[in-house]
Amino acid sequence: MTPTLQLFLLVSAALFCIGLLAALSRRHAIFILIGIELMLAAANLNFVAFWRFDPQPQAPTGVMVAIFAIAIAAAEAAVGLALVIAVYRHYRTTNVDQLDQLKG
Amino acid sequence: MNTAAFLFIAILTLAGALAAAVLPRLIHAALCLVGAFLGLAGFYFLLGAEFVGLVQVFVYVGAVAVLIVFTILLTRREREKDHASDWGGAVVALAVFVGLLWAIFQTPALAVAAPGIEPLTVRAIGEVLMTDYVWPLQCVGVVLTAALIGALVLVMEEKR
Amino acid sequence: MPGEFLDQIFVGAKRYILSFFVGAPEWLVRLVSSLITILVLIHVFLGLFALMSVLERKILARIQNRLGPNRVGPFGLLQPVADGIKMLIKEDIVPARADKVVHFLAPIMVAAPTILALGVIPYGRNMTPFAIDGGILFFFAVGSATELAVFMAGWGSNNKFSMLGAMRAIAQMVSYELPLILSVLPVVMIVGSLSPDAIVAAQSGYSLGVIPHWFVVTPWGAAGFLLFFVSGLVESNRTPFDVPEGESEIVAGHMTEYSGFKYATFFLAEYFGMFAISGLAVTLFLGGWNAPFAPLRFIPSYVWFFAKLSTLLFVFIWIRGTLPRMRVDHVMNFAWKFMLPMAFACVLAAAVWHYQARRLAGWLWSLVIVVAVYFVLSRLLDARKKFAPRTYRFAE
Repeated sequence: MTPTLQLFLLVSAALFCIGLLAALSRRHAIFILIGIELMLAAANLNFVAFWRFDPQPQAPTGVMVAIFAIAIAAAEAAVGLALVIAVYRHYRTTNVDQLDQLKG
Repeated sequence: MNTAAFLFIAILTLAGALAAAVLPRLIHAALCLVGAFLGLAGFYFLLGAEFVGLVQVFVYVGAVAVLIVFTILLTRREREKDHASDWGGAVVALAVFVGLLWAIFQTPALAVAAPGIEPLTVRAIGEVLMTDYVWPLQCVGVVLTAALIGALVLVMEEKR
Repeated sequence: MPGEFLDQIFVGAKRYILSFFVGAPEWLVRLVSSLITILVLIHVFLGLFALMSVLERKILARIQNRLGPNRVGPFGLLQPVADGIKMLIKEDIVPARADKVVHFLAPIMVAAPTILALGVIPYGRNMTPFAIDGGILFFFAVGSATELAVFMAGWGSNNKFSMLGAMRAIAQMVSYELPLILSVLPVVMIVGSLSPDAIVAAQSGYSLGVIPHWFVVTPWGAAGFLLFFVSGLVESNRTPFDVPEGESEIVAGHMTEYSGFKYATFFLAEYFGMFAISGLAVTLFLGGWNAPFAPLRFIPSYVWFFAKLSTLLFVFIWIRGTLPRMRVDHVMNFAWKFMLPMAFACVLAAAVWHYQARRLAGWLWSLVIVVAVYFVLSRLLDARKKFAPRTYRFAE
């Protein structure tokens, strides 16, 4: 028996929900970013899996989307972490619950 | 495709991701995240997309993980532990998971085995990148440059 | 071809061993084949590591007008055995406040990527251990995992010196990864492949029967090789860029809290990293296992590879014996202000060389580009004029 598309989708769904768990239940900004990264990675896995299980061998569309998504995710991580540092400098905290003022 | 390899990689990935989501110490979580990313790269190798796997290791382990640990160090304070406290998040995540499971098992067309395909070479990806995807490629370049400059501006010390 | 048998002797030996497994299932054959390759690879480089550790001390001693180790065995050649036994019987100390798991995993994580990186280098004709399509990308992908391992060592030790050393190491490794990869880019562009075998194949052949088609004989290749070599020095934390573990400043950097065999593992990783970087430099710029002159092709290909590798390793030791340590800010400035623009100039020069049909005209034009950029950069970065003549106010 070889793994079917279903199994890959299962893993991907589990990964997505773990990311969601991290993003929703943690209060530290970096944990939220980690959660978002996990969710993006789960989506990527789906793209590549769907490309691989396509009955007709076609142009590497899913692979391309995954490559671009990785590049964008890197940019997102850089900006997100820079934001965390900037916020920390200002408020001396990284707990997102304590960032409740509009006034700088 | 190898079932044993699939199981091993799946366990590595999911365990790493779960640890990254629930471990109380940030550094441990970040290191477990690296384990999850390595597992994902393994999945890409298994799926025949070697290039994506290598890019995944290169970008996530080499760059994003280092960024995360640097940020953790720069924002370190006495309170390092952060326990998962909000049970609402867990409930929502579980509900979404059940929904996704239902959707996956409802769709009969998904239980297919992989067709035999020719291995995807780096050359093929390069050719597609330079022909069909040349505009997205340029746009990604602009986005990355903008992100670089934006991140630098954000973290620069304010002059007083 | 003369010397065919000697050239392929190791390939033939492996095939002979595998011939015992003819009836076996396919996965078993592949497993045995991989295991043979891995065992040979690790043992060859462990041997080289032992040899190098004693030769380095010998050569450094010569440079400093001493004798070096000469008590253990003939000419002190058994010194690595004595060192190994000493390392093994030392107490393994883990600091009380250390993060035990991370502290334990760090040496493994440092050593594993360097061994993996050694797996994609072609050591001779048909002698690439693992020929994968994106070999160069694989090399850098696993190489970038070392940074994280260094961080783990620094953080897990829970020690200020370790943390400082790790931060310095990561900062300089990240900075020099850019010139390192950008200096590889022209080679990949010209060959049109990320596979090390294709890159070596593109450098076979000779102009006029004597000048080899190595990339180092082109202007962009020579400049790229120097950039690559200097970045490699930094990536393996060697003098003059050994700021992260500068003994006189921060004890031993991220290795401060390690003792016994774990310390030896860090040491091993440093040397394996040197082998890997030098091996890749040989592959990319020095023609891999190709002979330097056509009449010398009867000498087996792996002999040429290891001869070139040893030459580069000798230069590593020579530099260590000659140059003092650089200052941290100088190291970083050098990366961003000089190495990076030079690497871009190499890319440009390689493109010009290629579009001038790889003839003499293109050779000269690319030389002009590299030299012009070099002079402009060195004029812009000339720090001498910024300092007033030094005055001694209190000394006189």
